[in-house]
Amino acid sequence: MKKNNSKGIRTTGRAALAPYSLWAMIFILVPLLFVVYYAFTDNNFNFTLENVEKFFTATSNIQNGDGTSREVHTYILIAFRSLKLAVISTLICLLLGYPIAYIMSRAKERTQKTMMTLLMIPMWTNFLIRTYAWMTIMQDNGIINNALAALGLNRIKMIGTEGAVIVGMVYDFLPYMILPLYSIMAKMDDRLLEAARDLGCNSASVLRRVVLPLSMPGVVSGVTMVLVPAVSTFYISQKLGSGKFLLIGDVIEGQYVANNFHFAAAIAMVLMVALLVFMAIFKYLTSRRMNGGR
Amino acid sequence: MKKRTLALFLALTLLAAMLLPGCAKDNTLTLNVYNWGEYISDGSEGSFDTIREFEKWYEENYGQKIKVNYTTYASNEDMYSKIANGAVSYDVIVPSDYMIARMAEEGMLAPLNFDNIPNAKYIDDSFKGLYYDPENRYSVPYTYGIVGVIYDSNVVAPEDVGGWELLWNEKYADKILQYNNPRDAFGTAMYMMGIDVNTEDKAEWDRARDVLVKQRAVLGGLVMDEIFNYLQSGEYAIGSYYAGDYFTMVDNQAENVDLKFYYPERTNYYVDAMCIPECAQNKELAEIFINYMLSEEAALANAEFTYYASPNSLVYENPQYIEDMGEETMEILYPEMEDFSKLYNQYAFRNLSQEMQTYLNTLWEEVKIN
Amino acid sequence: MKMKTSAKIYSAIIFLFLFAPIAVLLLFSFNEAKSLSVMSGFSFKWYVELFNDRNTLNAVRNSLVLAVSATLIATVMGTAAAWGIDRIRSNWYRRVLSTVTDIPMINPDIITGISLMLMFVFVGRMFGAATSLSFWTMLAAHVTFCLPYVILQVLPKLQQMDRALPEAAMDLGCTPLRAFFKVELPEMLPGIITGAIMAFTLSMDDFVISYFNVGNDFQTLPIHIYSMTKKTVTPKMYALATIIFFVTLGMLMLSNLVDNDDSRKLRQRRKEKKGRN
Repeated sequence: MKKNNSKGIRTTGRAALAPYSLWAMIFILVPLLFVVYYAFTDNNFNFTLENVEKFFTATSNIQNGDGTSREVHTYILIAFRSLKLAVISTLICLLLGYPIAYIMSRAKERTQKTMMTLLMIPMWTNFLIRTYAWMTIMQDNGIINNALAALGLNRIKMIGTEGAVIVGMVYDFLPYMILPLYSIMAKMDDRLLEAARDLGCNSASVLRRVVLPLSMPGVVSGVTMVLVPAVSTFYISQKLGSGKFLLIGDVIEGQYVANNFHFAAAIAMVLMVALLVFMAIFKYLTSRRMNGGR
Repeated sequence: MKKRTLALFLALTLLAAMLLPGCAKDNTLTLNVYNWGEYISDGSEGSFDTIREFEKWYEENYGQKIKVNYTTYASNEDMYSKIANGAVSYDVIVPSDYMIARMAEEGMLAPLNFDNIPNAKYIDDSFKGLYYDPENRYSVPYTYGIVGVIYDSNVVAPEDVGGWELLWNEKYADKILQYNNPRDAFGTAMYMMGIDVNTEDKAEWDRARDVLVKQRAVLGGLVMDEIFNYLQSGEYAIGSYYAGDYFTMVDNQAENVDLKFYYPERTNYYVDAMCIPECAQNKELAEIFINYMLSEEAALANAEFTYYASPNSLVYENPQYIEDMGEETMEILYPEMEDFSKLYNQYAFRNLSQEMQTYLNTLWEEVKIN
Repeated sequence: MKMKTSAKIYSAIIFLFLFAPIAVLLLFSFNEAKSLSVMSGFSFKWYVELFNDRNTLNAVRNSLVLAVSATLIATVMGTAAAWGIDRIRSNWYRRVLSTVTDIPMINPDIITGISLMLMFVFVGRMFGAATSLSFWTMLAAHVTFCLPYVILQVLPKLQQMDRALPEAAMDLGCTPLRAFFKVELPEMLPGIITGAIMAFTLSMDDFVISYFNVGNDFQTLPIHIYSMTKKTVTPKMYALATIIFFVTLGMLMLSNLVDNDDSRKLRQRRKEKKGRN
């Protein structure tokens, strides 16, 4: 009887999975094959390595301040610049988001719900408009600078700087950091923390030896969910960076608009592979740390 | 709890089912129009709601209901990408000149049947036989204009004004804005240097790139629509944009800002025209729509809404329109020209070969990487 | 546990940061002039304008339709999938599935968008369709990127559940279906609700994926706004954002209030009802 039951459960399990499996195959896996296919073909759909090669070999000249210039690999440089901005924003998101997630997870249930709601609300008003609002806040005679001037302080150049792009990214992606962190931390048992305290840990070492290792899976998914969109964004850099920063997302969009689908696909493919490798290494490192912590 | 959630779920399903784009009711025609964003009089500020009025007008005159799917794009290239790859079909589109040339060349446009567009006779003769459509087969002009330089006269000294050089003037470092798209940005440099903007000579493009790279040192930013806010508020003082948009900025400028406008000697002339793509599903209906857009009511409303110059004599000869616009505006929008088509054919952007487009895109990345 | 003052202050600062742009939107939506940086006087003009603007209202409606439909499909399919993943014993199948589920989250939006577009266009051409992109392709795209979020919210709830519970119910004579509704669904419900809310939020907010997959009959709000980039974004959009903000705030506060009703009160009410009947 029992055996039958569990077999029945397994079959219904497969049946329940079937629609999703099919969906995932058609709408997740097959499209990726199309990216690869376009990346390795030319405009007439003949096989070529040219697109991928172009990504790695194209060069251009950069003017140094003193009038001389140096040669750089265009797309590799752009990729690294995008990565730099994305990593900085991700770290800031982690630093800002971690305490909030912790505070949320330890709050009363009612407060937890309210805070969660407050996190989501800004996302319901369109992200393009919110980015626009940041222009109003950060421009030279915007809200912050007018406030500074009113206080008799010097105005600060914000819009069009790397800092502005980072603020925009942190703003847009912070909820993506907080939510996974929070959902892991909410599962942590309060008694565990009390036990650690009873065993003589001070707050700092409770945090380091109990909370941090237990929240690692949340850190991993939070970092993923922020880093990925941050690397590939194009709207934020266009608006808040005053178009002065060319990120890899801008390049892909530019190639799409210029109707070079094949090169756009090639960049997308390289970016995808790079991210997968990056995430794999990151996951490996953090899982070692997780096991070490136990 | 469970019941309530279930009820909520059902309610949402019902809502979705109700709101779902109804599978077109049998005798309602549909027309898919694809236009620039904010490029048609849409009923705001008490203006004429072109699309709604057309639907009403059509039903009254032809006794059949019609639904216009009106969608919008941000650039010619955006629109081209959607159509060129067979992704989407539209009945009416409004590309700019060089894009019309390209689409016509690639067989993407359907010849118009002017029997269905009698109002085309109101289009001024100087818009006939322009390079992009020499035989007037594919397009009917919608708006046209000239690109100029906008500056804040409270910041810029009178002696610095007049040419494209203002956009490179070190005195106004960090106060200058440039276009954030390759074609227009290269245009500013090439008009200044006296290079043909349609040249296929890569060395010439390279020279323009070097000049643009040099400009980076004095540039406040590369922008598109943000230019409105930035110039209006006095955040930046110099930029190049379309003549009509200058008036929108003046209407909204801050107290300490006094925007002025001029045309440099060599500059970009452009025409945006209504076309029917080859893939159109309802060509005759599309022609009726185009004809409607040329009627006095619609053309006037659209010219007043967009602030762009109209090639339609029903508009630019209309006394009420001339009065509404005012003398100064009319002078800038419709400057005295000996021969529009000659200037136009000399300076307008033309379609670049695919090779040059790719090259331009690469150069643009080289400019922006600096 | 009670919040410390420092925690309160810190939370306040973070939420101030998150709501700063909304405050700006609110302020400038009452601007007299058509400017997003110069405040020149108070007026309701842009709200009036907004309600006269059929294109924008249509785009809002489309965004809602799309988000609700995508959320429903993704929630049902994702919940079933999570339940299935929790059930199957085959290790490799599970591993493959969880990797595939990760893809839309690890993949940048721009790649998800482009890859789907390439496929839709290719298939559309194969069948000689005049239009490959439409409401249905947008819907498919949105369901695709919403699914992982639903699965990842529901799955942990199942893993926390005592596996013996549904079996016990069945041993006690429940049919599997009844056991599912009586035992498992209530356990999953908080995850399902959070997943659905996240799916809805992401769908409403998405610009990039929609940008590549939008068709000729169905333009959503983000696309509508993006296409204004040659002209200018008007305070009408700010007015719209303000309205959306207050509507969502109201809705969520209401649902919070209802949720927080004391269970005792509920029971009492039920008893009263029974008594009346």
